[in-house]
Amino acid sequence: MLHIVNKSPLDRPSLDAVLQTAEAGAILLIEDGVYAATKGSAGEAKLKSAGGKFKLYALAPDLEARGVADRVMDGVTAVDYAGFVDLVAEHKASQSWL
Amino acid sequence: MAIEINGKSVETDEEGYLVNLADWDEDIAGVLAQQENVALTDQHWEVINFLRDYYNEFQIAPAVRVLTKAIGKKLGPEKGNSQYLYELFPYGPAKQACKIAGLPKPTGCV
Amino acid sequence: MTIKKFMFVNRKAPYGTVYALESLEVVLIAAAFEQDVSLAFMDDGVYQLKKGHQTKGIEMKGFEKTYGALEDYDVTKLYVDSDSLAARGLTADDLCVPVEVMSRAELGKMMEDQDVVLSF
Repeated sequence: MLHIVNKSPLDRPSLDAVLQTAEAGAILLIEDGVYAATKGSAGEAKLKSAGGKFKLYALAPDLEARGVADRVMDGVTAVDYAGFVDLVAEHKASQSWL
Repeated sequence: MAIEINGKSVETDEEGYLVNLADWDEDIAGVLAQQENVALTDQHWEVINFLRDYYNEFQIAPAVRVLTKAIGKKLGPEKGNSQYLYELFPYGPAKQACKIAGLPKPTGCV
Repeated sequence: MTIKKFMFVNRKAPYGTVYALESLEVVLIAAAFEQDVSLAFMDDGVYQLKKGHQTKGIEMKGFEKTYGALEDYDVTKLYVDSDSLAARGLTADDLCVPVEVMSRAELGKMMEDQDVVLSF
């Protein structure tokens, strides 16, 4: 399953909910969700503690808009809108954690 | 609303401001000035170009007080005062000059 | 006109919601009316000032540059919570305008000192 998170990890518990609920799969961070993938942030610590159970992606245009494209943590792949579509197509189901 | 120029139609809002900033060129400025009954001189263009540069740098049309101060800094105190600017643009330098410069209405301008 | 002390408290990240842009517009209006304006950035609000916004890809108007105009509006009191920066891996050097970094407790005291506090 592809889990899509669009809320900042320090503002809303959406990412926590995914990490507590799902066992495996992929997480795609979009909109304010991309802050979770920034080096040195509390969001990075949350993703690291998930210990590689998930494939991690972040939407590049959202990283760029927020000025954080150059500080994405290791283990996160930046994708463009076409990559977003591919991810949705590759997974049997996707879920947006609003 | 729209203005017709050189065979093109350019969209404006109900107060006559351009809807798409990218539509602006000097010919359109001429038409907008005509609608405002302003005959453009070099002094007008100096203010219009200043406003466009300000918008490019800060992404806003400045309030009158800010415009006056910033023009004074760049073009000298004899131009950075509201009397000079109101002589050029009688209905308000920020409001009328911004319209001719193709910018949105200044924030805080009612 | 009586000059009042206005503080704008910014706690939301930019672009994901409209709060940051709305706040900035009200700040400019208040400043145009020559009020005593200060801005506080805490929690995700500190992200508003992160340098290097490139909004072409999301097709929204970027407003990082507009923070640079605050000085022309005589808005120079920008306060940023140090814990909020640290939790996000940021320092004052990552920000697009000069600010004063302080503790939450100090920010709390500043709020007490205001006539009007507007929270975004």
